[in-house]
Amino acid sequence: MTVSVTLTVNGKAASASVDPRMLLVHLLRDQLQLTGTHVGCDTAQCGACTIHLNGRAVKACSMLAVQANGANVTTIEGLTGKGDKMHPMQEAFRDCHGLQCGFCTPGMVMSACQLLADNPKPTEAEIRAGLEGNICRCTGYHNIVKAVQQAAAQA
Amino acid sequence: MYAFEYQNPSTAAAAIGSAKGDARFLAGGQSLVQAMKLRLSQTGTLVDLSGIAELKGISVAGSNVIIGAMTRHSEVARSAEVKQAIPALADLAGGIGDQMVRNQGTLGGSIANADPAACYPAAILGLGATIKASVGQKERAITGDSFFTGLFETTLAPGELITSVEFPVPDCAAYVKFKQPASRFALVGVFVAKFGSTVRVAVTGAKSSVFRATDIEAALSKSFTPEAAAAVKVSANGMNGDMHGSAEYRAAMVSVMAGRAVARALG
Ligand SMILES: Cc1cc2nc3c(=O)[nH]c(=O)nc-3n(C[C@H](O)[C@H](O)[C@H](O)COP(=O)(O)OP(=O)(O)OC[C@H]3O[C@@H](n4cnc5c(N)ncnc54)[C@H](O)[C@@H]3O)c2cc1C
Ligand code: FES
Ligand code: FES
Repeated sequence: MTVSVTLTVNGKAASASVDPRMLLVHLLRDQLQLTGTHVGCDTAQCGACTIHLNGRAVKACSMLAVQANGANVTTIEGLTGKGDKMHPMQEAFRDCHGLQCGFCTPGMVMSACQLLADNPKPTEAEIRAGLEGNICRCTGYHNIVKAVQQAAAQA
Repeated sequence: MYAFEYQNPSTAAAAIGSAKGDARFLAGGQSLVQAMKLRLSQTGTLVDLSGIAELKGISVAGSNVIIGAMTRHSEVARSAEVKQAIPALADLAGGIGDQMVRNQGTLGGSIANADPAACYPAAILGLGATIKASVGQKERAITGDSFFTGLFETTLAPGELITSVEFPVPDCAAYVKFKQPASRFALVGVFVAKFGSTVRVAVTGAKSSVFRATDIEAALSKSFTPEAAAAVKVSANGMNGDMHGSAEYRAAMVSVMAGRAVARALG
């Protein structure tokens, strides 16, 4: 059985014929070639696969592509503005050294954007609690928190 | 993941009609998609509930808050109506997992799944909620006290769809969980609610299924204070013991968490 899905990805219409078993993250990475969204744990623990579905952060490894039928999806590639200008959250991660290997970064940035959308001026404790679903093996989180604070201060 | 047929009906009646044989409902998928990926669960037909508008939404009617089965945890957490009527419920929903889990996971999925460490079951028992469910042409109202029957088990019949849950508004209530830090589920979570002179205390995470701590309820009915709850010695009989905490540890934590919940309920 295949099902056709039509969705908007980073502002562009996309459609694909998928096996209902296909995960959204595989549609994005393998069919739409948007490899910025990473797969870390594949078990809903690490947040590396975080994208925005109709404006809300979700784990793309934990949903089926068919569940995104008709939805508006934003991936890390869709955050950059015209002329590849980085999003302020990406700039802040770079400025504050909020990444080392970078594996967790796309998910971290997508989560952090949702965090500030819900709570534009979070405290440090609120940032740490808000990023609970994203795991980083490298940075020790300190500079990630600084980056979110910088992005919040600039917004 | 094993192959399945996918259906996405737009009405509850159509969803119930599709739920034949070993068909499963798909809500947020935060538990079910994981289980299917690990081949712990398989189904011939997956019936996606996300396109059914009548299963979504929050309303207040008289002294009840009614929440549709497909309402996401984050919607309950942010709802002005829930925050006003039962702040403890908004708080509970806002403490489930992480923001991505909350954006996808639903009330109906959480209680149908009946994870022994899940948060919502504590609110179902703690508030004495009523679960509305339908199978075939039959609609019924299930009392919270009779809904959970064991480890990942409920009284739902095969193919029975939860449509909504009615939560009575208490005088005051609070939910406090001691988190298992890796999973963020409750190692022990206690929901306390006061309705006039009646006090309900529900405990999750500690046994194979959520339960009411009747000794603590009796103590709190006499004196609704943190000290009264914390002074009750809870038996370790039937408590879960694992690498995260022994049965005795969990038993002790029930009184501690109940005391904290009373303190929070009193504001
Ligand atoms: C990383 C992580 C952390 C989590 N932390 C917590 C936590 O701290 N506390 C907590 O309580 N939970 C936690 N959860 C679980 C989360 O709340 C899930 O969302 C929930 O258990 C399942 O809800 P769902 O909507 O995703 O249901 P699904 O996974 O889609 O479905 C679960 C089960 O319910 C059935 N079902 C779904 N809807 C209905 C319905 N309307 N009628 C009848 N049957 C139905 C399905 O067939 C399936 O068997 C966590 C999950 C993850 C991945
Ligand atoms: S890959 Fe999705 S949460 Fe880890
Ligand atoms: S920078 Fe390496 S995992 Fe976060």
